[in-house]
Amino acid sequence: MTKQRLKRGKKASGNNRSKLLFESADWDFETIQRTYEAIEDIALNDLGLSVYPNQIEIISSEQMLDAYCSVGMPVMYNHWSFGKRFVAEEVMYRKGYRGLAYEIVINSDPCISYCMEENTMAMQTLVVAHAAFGHNHFFKNNYLFQQWTNAEAILDYFEFAKRYIAECEERHGPRAVEDTLDAAHAVMDQSVFRYRRPSKLKVGEIERRQKERRRHQEENYRDIWRTVPRQDKDEADDDESQKELAERKAELNLPEENLLYFIQKHSPVLEPWQREIIRIVRSVSQYFYPQKQTKLMNEGCATFVHYYIVNRMYDLGLISEGTLLEILHSHCNVVFQPEFDDPRYSGINPYALGFAMMQDIKRICDEPEPEDLVWFPDIAGSGDWRGTLKSVWSNYRDESFINQFLSPRLIREFKLFTVSDKATAQHLRVDAIHDEDGYRRIRADLASSYDITLGEPDIQVADVDLRGNRELVLRQTVRDGVVLAEQDREEVVKHIHYLWGYDVRLEGISGEDGGSVFEVAVGEDEDA
Amino acid sequence: MPQLIDRRPNPREKSLGNRQRFLRRSREEIKRAVDQAVNERKISDAGNGGSISIPKRGIKEPRFRLSPQHGDRQRVAPGNKEFVTGDKIKKPQTGSGGSGKEASDSGEAEDDFVFSLSRSEFLDILFDDLELPDLIKSSLMDTAVSEPRRAGYSSDGTTPNLNVLRTMRNSIGRRIALNRGGSSKLRELEAEAEELAENCDLDISQRTRLAHIYTEIEELRRRAKRIPFIDPIDIRYNRFEKQPVPMTKAVMFCLMDVSGSMGEHEKDLAKRFFVLLHLFLQRQYERVDIVFIRHTHVAQEVTEEEFFYSRESGGTVVSTALDTMLDILGERYVVSDWNAYVAQASDGDNFSSDTARCVELLDEKILPICQFYAYIEVLTEQEKSRFSEPGSGKELWRGYHGLADKWANFSAKHVVSRGDIYPVFRELFAKRKQEGRL
Repeated sequence: MTKQRLKRGKKASGNNRSKLLFESADWDFETIQRTYEAIEDIALNDLGLSVYPNQIEIISSEQMLDAYCSVGMPVMYNHWSFGKRFVAEEVMYRKGYRGLAYEIVINSDPCISYCMEENTMAMQTLVVAHAAFGHNHFFKNNYLFQQWTNAEAILDYFEFAKRYIAECEERHGPRAVEDTLDAAHAVMDQSVFRYRRPSKLKVGEIERRQKERRRHQEENYRDIWRTVPRQDKDEADDDESQKELAERKAELNLPEENLLYFIQKHSPVLEPWQREIIRIVRSVSQYFYPQKQTKLMNEGCATFVHYYIVNRMYDLGLISEGTLLEILHSHCNVVFQPEFDDPRYSGINPYALGFAMMQDIKRICDEPEPEDLVWFPDIAGSGDWRGTLKSVWSNYRDESFINQFLSPRLIREFKLFTVSDKATAQHLRVDAIHDEDGYRRIRADLASSYDITLGEPDIQVADVDLRGNRELVLRQTVRDGVVLAEQDREEVVKHIHYLWGYDVRLEGISGEDGGSVFEVAVGEDEDA
Repeated sequence: MPQLIDRRPNPREKSLGNRQRFLRRSREEIKRAVDQAVNERKISDAGNGGSISIPKRGIKEPRFRLSPQHGDRQRVAPGNKEFVTGDKIKKPQTGSGGSGKEASDSGEAEDDFVFSLSRSEFLDILFDDLELPDLIKSSLMDTAVSEPRRAGYSSDGTTPNLNVLRTMRNSIGRRIALNRGGSSKLRELEAEAEELAENCDLDISQRTRLAHIYTEIEELRRRAKRIPFIDPIDIRYNRFEKQPVPMTKAVMFCLMDVSGSMGEHEKDLAKRFFVLLHLFLQRQYERVDIVFIRHTHVAQEVTEEEFFYSRESGGTVVSTALDTMLDILGERYVVSDWNAYVAQASDGDNFSSDTARCVELLDEKILPICQFYAYIEVLTEQEKSRFSEPGSGKELWRGYHGLADKWANFSAKHVVSRGDIYPVFRELFAKRKQEGRL
C-alpha cells in the first residue's frame, strides 16, 4: 500500500558529521520517516503519550481543498453544499485571500494526518508532532471520544454512507435524495445524543419488573380506598387525558432532544431509504459532537505537544537553530491572541488559550507560586506535570477544563474581563476584571461560554399524537430571552415538515416563567 | 512505524460531483449571472469562463441559530486596559461582539456569493436555451484541435511506431563497430571447412588451415551470441507531436441596423447571434477578426461599445452597410487569404427603393466571395404570427427571399426568441458537413 517516491529533495548530509536530521528545506520520504522516528521517541518515551498507529498522507493543495469542503473527511457522500463550499474556498485560495491549513487530522484508527506537499521540512516536523502525536493522543484518550466515537469503524462507515447515498440517487433520483439531505442537514445540530441512553432491557428483565410491580400493588392493596367517594366527572376526564398524555410521552420516550432520531423512528411518511439517510446524517453529527466540545483542549494539547517536542529536538541537537526559528515563527502566528479592541479580534483563540493553560499547568506543577498553592492544592508543586496533563486530557472537556484549571495568573496575563450584555439596556456593564474579586466570576463566565448546551438552542420534541392529527410539537426552551433567529427558523421548520409529512409547530417557551415567547407553525392549512 | 502514503497521484477533482450538483441547483441564478456577463463582455471573450456572482438567497442552508439581537448574555474578552468593575460602556452603533454577526446576517440578502466557472461550464449555461444539438455543443466547446505530426525520432515509444529503417541502420553500425561479423562470412567459412573435411588426404598446411577455420567459426559463433543482432539501444521510434491544425484566417462582419426601432430585446438577440457565430468561427479558424458596421441611412465602422450601446437616429438604408463592408473587405481582407462571414441583424425595415440594390449587391458581389451570409430578422410575437407564410415578411425579407434558393451560403431567418437563433446555423453546419470539415 505504501507507495514512496524518493525523488524530492536531497538526502541530509552524513549523520556522522552532525546529529541533525535534516538541513535543507526540501523534504523527502526518507527524511520524514527519520524525523518521525525521532519525534515518536520523545512523544512515547519522554511525554509518555499513548496513540493510535499513525498514517501520514502527503497531499496536494487541490486535495486539501477537497478535504476542506467535505468536512475534513477522506470519504464523504455527495451533496451540493460541499460543492458550494468548494467553489467559495477555491476563489479565496486562488486569489490569495486565504492560505490553506498545514494539516488535517482525522479521528480514526489508524489515525490519518494529511500533510501538504508545499510544507517545508521544518513545517512537516511541526505538523507530525502536532497532528500525529498531539491530536492523536487526545482522540485516543479523551473520555468524550471514547464514549461517542468508534475510531476503528468510522472510515468504513463513511465509505458505506457514500455508497449508499450514491445508490439511492440512482434508484430514487438525485432530486429526492437531495431534498432529504437538505432537510436533514437543517436539523443536524439538534440531532445528537448528549447523554448516554439506558440500555434496552432484556425480555426476562421486563417480565421480572412487571411481576414485581404487580406484587407491590397486591401487597399495598387497601380495600378502604374503594369506599372513598369518586371525584367530579369533569375532573376525572381531565385526569384521564392528562394520564393519556403522560402515557403517550412515556411510550415515545418524550421529550426527545435528538430530532432526527425521533423523525427517523416515528415519521409517518418516510420511505425506508430516507430513514437510512437520516441515520447517516445523524451519525455524522454525532461523530463531530465531541470535537465541538473540546476544541480548546484538543488544540491546546496538540500545540503543547508540538512545542515541547520541537524544543526537545533542538536540545538534543536533532534540528538546527534555523529550523527551530522557522517552527517557532508559525507557532507564534498560531497562538496569537488579538485584544478585544483590535480589528483582528474575533473571539478567544482556542490555540492561544489552550496552549497557555497547558503551559500554565506545567508551571504550577513545577514552580508554583503561593497563590497557586491556594487555588490548586492538588497539583501545585507535585512536579508530575506529565501525569497531570495526561489526566486532564483524558477526563475533561472545554467547559469543565476552564472551570477547574484557569488560574488567576492567566486571567491577569490575558487581562480578561466579563461584561453583561442585555438586549434591552443601552449600556454594556463590566461585571468583573482581573482582580481578586473577579477571578472566580470570570472563570465561571468563560467556562459557561464554552458550554455548547448553552451556546446552541435547546430544542426538543415535546409532543406528537400519532393516533390523532399527528401534529409534531417542538419546543425551544428560551434561556435569558435568547430566542431563535427569525430569519432561519421558519425555513428549518419547513424542512422538518418535509420529513414529518404532517403539521409541525415550533414554540418558544421561556425557561424562567414557562410563558410562550414565539410560535412557528407549518402545515397543510398554510399551503392551501 | 508510520504508514507514509503519497496521495498526490490519486485521481484529481474529487469534488467535481459536488460542484456539478451545486451548479445544477443554482442553475437559474447562475444563468442570470451568465446572461448578464454576456451582455457586459466583448463578443470575443464572451465564451471564456470566469468569476460569477450570484445572490446567496437560493443557496442558503438554514439552521436553528440563536438570535444575536435578543436576550441577555455574558461575554468574556481579553485585553482589558482601562475598565474597572461596574463600568458602563455605551454600545457601539452596530453593537459589540455578537452584533458584528448580526450585521453580516442581515446583510446576507445583498451579499453575493462569488465563484468562478470554467469555460465549458460557462458555455454550457450560455447555450442552454439556444437549443443547440449536443454534438454541436461539444464541437463548439472544444477549442483545442490538434493533429499528431511527425517530429523526428525517439528512443522510446510504442511498437506500432517502430521505425525499422532507423533501427536497422543503428544495428548495422553497431555490429560493424564491434566486429561481430555477418552470417555470410560464417557460411563462407563453413563451406570451406566442409570442403576441406571431405578431402581425406590433407597436407600439413591444409590441416592447419582447417584447424584455423574451426577456431574462427567458433569465435564467430561466440561473438554472435554475445553481441545481439538488434540491441535495445538500436531501436528507434517515430516521434509524433501534437500540433494545432493550421487554420486559416476569417473575418466576421457584424452588420446591424441601429435606427430607433431596434430596442434592447432586439439587440440582445442580435448579440447572442453574433457571439455564437464568433464561437463557431473561433473553432474553425486560428484567427478571427471582427468588424462592426452599424448603419442608419449612412453606415460606418465602429467599436463594439458603440455598436451595441449607442443610438443613432435617421432612416434606414441597408445598402450603405453592404457598400462599407465591401470597401473594408477590399482594403484589409484579401479574399484569397481571408474567409469572410457576414452576419446581419435587422428588424427588417428598409427604404423601399433600396432593397433592390441590396439584393443586387448580394447577388453579384458579396455572395460569390463570402463563405456564409446569415441574416436574422428580429420580430415580435405578433409580427411572427402575421408572417407565417414563407414569402411574407418585412421589406428586406421579401427582397432576400429569392436569394436563399439560389445561394447555398445564404440563410435568412425570423427570430423571435433565443431558441430561434440556432436554426440559422443549422444550414451553416450542414454545409460544412457536406464538405467533410466538421
